Amino acid sequence: MIKSADAPRIGVYICHCGTNIAGKVAVEEVAEFCRSLPGVVLARDYKYMCSDPGQELIKQDIAEHKLNRIVVTACSPLLHEKTFRKAAADAGLNPFLVQMANIREHVAWVTENAEQATRKAKSHLAAAVRRVATHESLEQQYVPINPRVMVVGGGIAGIHAALTLANAGKEVILVEREPTIGGHMAMFDKTFPTLDCAACILTPKMTSVKDHPNITMMTYSEVESVSGSVGSYQVKINRHPRYVKEDLCVGCLQCIDACMFKEGKFPNAFDQGLSKRKPIYTPFPQAVPLVPVIDPETCIHFKTGKCKQDCVTACAERGAIDFEQKAWIEEVEVGTIIVATGFKAFDPTPMAQFGYGRFPNVYTALEVERLLNAAGPTEGKLTLRDGSTPRRVGIVHCIGSRDHNYHPYCSRVCCMYSLKLAHLVREKTDAEVTNFYIDIRTPGKGFEEFYERVQRERVNFVRGKVGDVSRAPVTNGQQSSELLVQVDDTLVGKVRKVPVDMLILAVALEPDDHAQDVRRMFNMSCSNEGFFLERHPKLAPVNTANDGVFLAGACQGPKDIPDTVAQAGAAAAEALALVDAGRIALEPNTAWIDEDVCCGCKTCIPLCPYLAITRDAEKGVAVIDEALCKGCGTCVAACPTSAAQQHLFTTEQVQDEIEGIMQYV
Amino acid sequence: MSKPTAAEGGNGSFEPRIVAFFCNWCTYTASDLAGTARMQYAPNVRVIRIMCSGRLDPQFILEALRKGADGVLIGGCHPGDCHYLEGNYKCLRRFELLQRMLAQFGIEPERVRLEWISAAEGDRVRDVCNEMVEQVRKLGPLHLEPIPEPAAS
Repeated sequence: MIKSADAPRIGVYICHCGTNIAGKVAVEEVAEFCRSLPGVVLARDYKYMCSDPGQELIKQDIAEHKLNRIVVTACSPLLHEKTFRKAAADAGLNPFLVQMANIREHVAWVTENAEQATRKAKSHLAAAVRRVATHESLEQQYVPINPRVMVVGGGIAGIHAALTLANAGKEVILVEREPTIGGHMAMFDKTFPTLDCAACILTPKMTSVKDHPNITMMTYSEVESVSGSVGSYQVKINRHPRYVKEDLCVGCLQCIDACMFKEGKFPNAFDQGLSKRKPIYTPFPQAVPLVPVIDPETCIHFKTGKCKQDCVTACAERGAIDFEQKAWIEEVEVGTIIVATGFKAFDPTPMAQFGYGRFPNVYTALEVERLLNAAGPTEGKLTLRDGSTPRRVGIVHCIGSRDHNYHPYCSRVCCMYSLKLAHLVREKTDAEVTNFYIDIRTPGKGFEEFYERVQRERVNFVRGKVGDVSRAPVTNGQQSSELLVQVDDTLVGKVRKVPVDMLILAVALEPDDHAQDVRRMFNMSCSNEGFFLERHPKLAPVNTANDGVFLAGACQGPKDIPDTVAQAGAAAAEALALVDAGRIALEPNTAWIDEDVCCGCKTCIPLCPYLAITRDAEKGVAVIDEALCKGCGTCVAACPTSAAQQHLFTTEQVQDEIEGIMQYV
Repeated sequence: MSKPTAAEGGNGSFEPRIVAFFCNWCTYTASDLAGTARMQYAPNVRVIRIMCSGRLDPQFILEALRKGADGVLIGGCHPGDCHYLEGNYKCLRRFELLQRMLAQFGIEPERVRLEWISAAEGDRVRDVCNEMVEQVRKLGPLHLEPIPEPAAS
């Protein structure tokens, strides 16, 4: 810290932000008010302070008027503090002699009355002027960035981000909870609007991940804990036991054939429970890595210990099967993290009116994806539960989305995937298909054209909410499996009952069940609906409040595959930018101890969540390790002698701010 | 330049003066969000940004009241969500203790309010600010015995 002994010469800049601020706050009056404040040499108002000419104004004034403190009254410091610090630094002023007052988000945009807004702006400005006078020059601290990147989640987002980074020569650790990478995309049959087969475009990327020398893939593994901060995270990864050694297994799958269960008996989660698997299984034939998993809940060896262990015999030469395998914790160090943990398909069971779980031929869209998939339980044949081919298929849109009882948001992808399913059903069965929709939303490249194409394929569209699904009445003593969909047809203006044999529910995308745990682990925020919150919706869409953590894919909000891949690329680029810079500037708001004042009471030591404070026994004072301090200021608030202080938030500065506010409130 | 007659609104009615201390990561971000969403709320609240509610020295609250605030609002991250792991718990402890002290000073504890508001809860900022202003309006102005200023300041 460099003491700035000179008397403050403060320049105040009031931004109009076009009309955003000036439309409510009388900026000229505020500028006039500022000129009377102690230490203020000049006060200017300008249309856009953040623009090039705006910044130039500050730089010129610093040189011409020998300003040594700057106050910019504009938007939130979270948006433009860095901009103005840099402008000051360019003009040779220490960047931390700049203070912002937020009169856009906190005043102009939230205050109805212009007079009150102006008064509020003045009091915030007075506070900033008063506080900046006691600012001191600080040295910019940097931390090095560990070049290794961890990607959490092995869906298309994680895969794309990992490959992008690995191709740039960076070491990547890809952690996936399931036994295989691929995520939801691996479950799909075709992708809209081009109808490329999901497997054809995804499986080569999955193989590339497995074969890439720069990627360490950890499947069937979950991040257990994360500590550290940007540049140096210590991550513990819980590796679940597969009971099959990955390094020895060659993927011949003879163990599965040999299992004492001749047929699958347990629901396969990858097929949404529509197929049965054995206790030893792979989720799907193209799984990566192609290493079976043994489920100890269903394996006879684990349950009774009385199995002949034919799987072990089948694997004799390789000896990959290991019933003794235990879960283990792998510790890794990484510098940046990309979170790509995906979404969960909404479970429509609670919406009793649709009869999901009650009527066997009501399916979710994800189940139908599996039925249509050539590698799925029916090898691509769309069949009802009894094996027959449906003749009339209904697709109900907006299940769980655009519904204030569940999720108010639009899930974005459901219209398009419903149209795709309609097309595939027509293609495979020639059944009559009816879409029940509220609105059709097809913004996207080639989306509207696809909608038109599906309309030409003689797919029916009924605009209206479905109120009820019931079984068709008994006719001639025969109970048919037909379902009656009751819909309020808003275009015809009456309630209709449409008979179908298969009903597909276009379920919403919602946050994964573990989203809250993941959020806490990586110190992120969530938006109201539970998806991870980006730092700025427009300007920092893949960044989070945590500097070294980036977002990719549907964990940030519902999105389709093209958007997911684009975002994954962006997240990879952001991580790469940090890695290649090799270091990151730290906020200098760390705490320090005035040794002359510290009485060595040790109050602060147990309060520090980062164990950054120790006691120097010889001097009898507390010592803060600046490298460990993250700058929360908890110790400062507790120090009984005010020996602990926080840069940019000293007791004096905060009190000055209070005083400034109260003086001109 | 004359000082505005702070405690009075345009028509001479009592307008509470509220100082708010919001943590950088949750509540300050939420009030930015309230702004971006153009949510209108009472103009009586003045926000001071601190990095963490754990930085909130109880003396800041007393100082604000002494300097003329009629109420103090504190905003931090929800329990378990603190950017610095547990600063909000430290804040809660100090808040609870201070509430008892305030009563002993003859200051209604309702003048100081602690709220957990996440970065996504812009509407909470609006509602809490409005509620706080109304509550303090009901309590009336805070009259403290004047304390002589130290000569230096």
